[in-house]
Amino acid sequence: MRFLFKGVDFFPHDTRWKIIERRYIFIGLSWALAVLSAVLLMTRGLNYGVDFKGGSLIEVQAKSGGIDIGELRVRLDKLGIGDVQVQAVGTGNEALIRVAQQVPTKDLNEEKVQAAANEKVKGALGENIDVRRIEVVGPTVSAELKRTGVVAVVASMFGILLYVWFRFEWQFAVAAILALSHDVFITVGMFSLLWYEFDLSVVAAILTLAGYSINDTVVVFDRIRENLRRYKRMPLIELLNLSINETLSRTVLTSVTTALAVLALYIFGTAVIHGFSFAMLFGIVIGTYSSIFVAAPFLLLFGVKRDWSGPAAKSPSKSDAAGKGRRENVTSK
Amino acid sequence: MLHFTRWKQIAIVLSVVLGIVLVIPSFFAKETVAGWPWFLPRAQINLGLDLRGGAHLLLSMETAEVRKDWLDTLREDARKRLRDAKIVVAGIGIVNNALQVRVANPEDADAALKELKGLAQPTGNIIRGFSGTDLEVRKSEGGVIIITPTEAGLQHRITDAISAAIETVRRRVDFTGTTEAQIVRQGSDRILVQVPGLLETAPLKELIGKTARLTFHEVHPSISAEEAKKTRPPSGYRIYPGADREEGDQLLRETPVVRGDELKSAQAAFDSQTHEPIIAFTFNGSGARKFGEFTKTHVGRPFAIVLDDKVISAPVIRDAIRGGSGQISGNFTVESANQLAIQLRSGALPAKLTVIEERVVGASLGQDSIEAGKVSAAIGGIAVASFMIFAYGLLGVFAVVGAAIHIIFVLAIMAVIGSTMTLPGIAGIVLTIGMAVDANVLINERIREELRGGRTPISAIETGFTRAYGTIIDSQLTTFIAGLVMFWLGSGPIRGFAVTLTLGIMTTVYTAFTIARLLVVWWLEAQRTRKVEPPLSYKPSVLKAGSVRP
Repeated sequence: MRFLFKGVDFFPHDTRWKIIERRYIFIGLSWALAVLSAVLLMTRGLNYGVDFKGGSLIEVQAKSGGIDIGELRVRLDKLGIGDVQVQAVGTGNEALIRVAQQVPTKDLNEEKVQAAANEKVKGALGENIDVRRIEVVGPTVSAELKRTGVVAVVASMFGILLYVWFRFEWQFAVAAILALSHDVFITVGMFSLLWYEFDLSVVAAILTLAGYSINDTVVVFDRIRENLRRYKRMPLIELLNLSINETLSRTVLTSVTTALAVLALYIFGTAVIHGFSFAMLFGIVIGTYSSIFVAAPFLLLFGVKRDWSGPAAKSPSKSDAAGKGRRENVTSK
Repeated sequence: MLHFTRWKQIAIVLSVVLGIVLVIPSFFAKETVAGWPWFLPRAQINLGLDLRGGAHLLLSMETAEVRKDWLDTLREDARKRLRDAKIVVAGIGIVNNALQVRVANPEDADAALKELKGLAQPTGNIIRGFSGTDLEVRKSEGGVIIITPTEAGLQHRITDAISAAIETVRRRVDFTGTTEAQIVRQGSDRILVQVPGLLETAPLKELIGKTARLTFHEVHPSISAEEAKKTRPPSGYRIYPGADREEGDQLLRETPVVRGDELKSAQAAFDSQTHEPIIAFTFNGSGARKFGEFTKTHVGRPFAIVLDDKVISAPVIRDAIRGGSGQISGNFTVESANQLAIQLRSGALPAKLTVIEERVVGASLGQDSIEAGKVSAAIGGIAVASFMIFAYGLLGVFAVVGAAIHIIFVLAIMAVIGSTMTLPGIAGIVLTIGMAVDANVLINERIREELRGGRTPISAIETGFTRAYGTIIDSQLTTFIAGLVMFWLGSGPIRGFAVTLTLGIMTTVYTAFTIARLLVVWWLEAQRTRKVEPPLSYKPSVLKAGSVRP
């Protein structure tokens, strides 16, 4: 039971993987994913949910037995309310019905015409099917939510940029924001590829992911800054590599703990937060990847300040002590 | 870092006890908590509509209608003012959202301008420090004076209209017997109505979707609507469409004799002869007087009852109506008569409201969401806890205790500030369970690194906490920024997520640096008599010659 007290140090330490030297592999991979995302977004676009597209979403559940999706689809198609999508969710006794935004007529405005279409759907469901949730979003609101979503993502990235700039140097801030944009862009591309519904909760996930994926990057950057003060003459490539390797266990393990929690949401959560947890889960993976393989190479590209004396004058003495301790340790063995 | 003064230790323990005490009421039914003695906390976490079931309606006001009403009133006021000042008006009308007044004598233009400037009211915004008038009055060529509402003036009118509309909507919702409905302003021209437990929204939408502006008008004595359609209607008159096929269009004087806001009561009833549903109403004092005088002078002629600019009936006045009570008949069903009576009693809306967003969740789905949330929180928590204990042993246990206290803190704060728990909010909490232990991972990995570097266990723990501190603040603050943006821009459910996320980040940092550290300190104190073994296993650093390390 010793490990219960001390834990198991299973993650390899003192690795010296030549990550920066092989940066072109990762840069190539990232570019490939980014270009793929761009192509998908331009040709295919996103499967917008009611929040952004307008129209209505009706979640139904059978009182007993399952729902015959095909038969329900046929029934709803006959209503003459344009495009109606029926999708099975849950254990087969639930379905999501999406009704497109209806075109207002002379007598009925947007609200009334949509309500009339919803009533038609409800009427056509039959005795055995209960309505559990209805969401109706009008065109003004959907346009507004779309705009707000974009503003929110840009605003939080800008906030993060300012913070990292304030705490580090501009090179770090720009590298961090580029790595972050990479994560966000590829995650959105993934939603296009898998044709998962893109709604407000996915935007929330992307915002969280923006804040979270930078965590790992900041951990690496923190170590780079520490090492820049400690090893004043080490070539930058080597120094970046050392910093990434030293923080590798941290970068991966912090992501593992969060991924475990999100995985539980993904598996056990309801249909409502499925998109959210998928975006988070994918975002954690891509965010960890970018913290290790994307952010630091950008620093190499921009170059960094090597003289860190001045504002942080008090830390070098501590680092020196630690450095000495290490050297003694090595020589004594 | 490994020293806590006595009072600090007490404060930390007390904060945990306080957190637990504050979170307790949320686990009991509302009725049970209400009966607790005064010294016990009673604040509970509210459940959002997506968890308890109910309807969420976002209403938008037609601001163009507010502007039009204002201009209509202005036209009457301008006409009256100029008449009192004995200035002859050649024409007055609304063009391009502005009022244009043409005086007959161009020499009178300056006098008229002076009169009309008197219509403008000062308007100010204390917050923005803006002050000015609500109208811009200027002279144009050829004796024409143009009165344009300013943006500030219009905004002021819209604000007033929304406040009035909220009151009206509240009265209408209350009449349906619904309790607990929340009706609040959202943005500048919107109203959010939240009704727990409501699944069928159509009746409610019918009820609040109608302006229900009731007016009584004089019918033009000689020209019929059909004749007026061929030529132009005479000044001061307008053609009002009939509410249905039976009721034809009517040419009516635009200024009503009496308005619905002078009604004292309105009830659905049955006509004693035809047995059809009708609405029986009574005017208040001044309304009854005006109506009495009008009916006295117009015996034998028709007058029109107009609802939302549509003629619902145009009966002929048989006798002067003095008591101030009367009835409205017109193709009503029992239901629609009832509805109209409610609408009339609760007063007219200042402008039409449209439902622009509607979200309805059934109670059973809400219950399922709560269950699913509990299951994912439990499983996520167990998975994270197992991982932490496996990887970090005793220090992992400390981290898990810290994370558990973090959840208690988040829930306690939510109860105290009265925020609402939504489904995304639960997701936020589950997410922060994972993030809470991140701080401990950073600390523990750093401790291991320092141990490998050859430090003594106590020194390694000390340095681990100190060094990891800056990193943790940096990494948590970035997520916090995203959370704040979400809170600022988000609505409804997203806001619920932002609340738990930002609260969670704050409590995470607190628990990692107080609870987990205090537990370490206590453990070290308990071990003082024995030779302390490092609480973390680590692989000693074996460095080959020629490695990058100097």
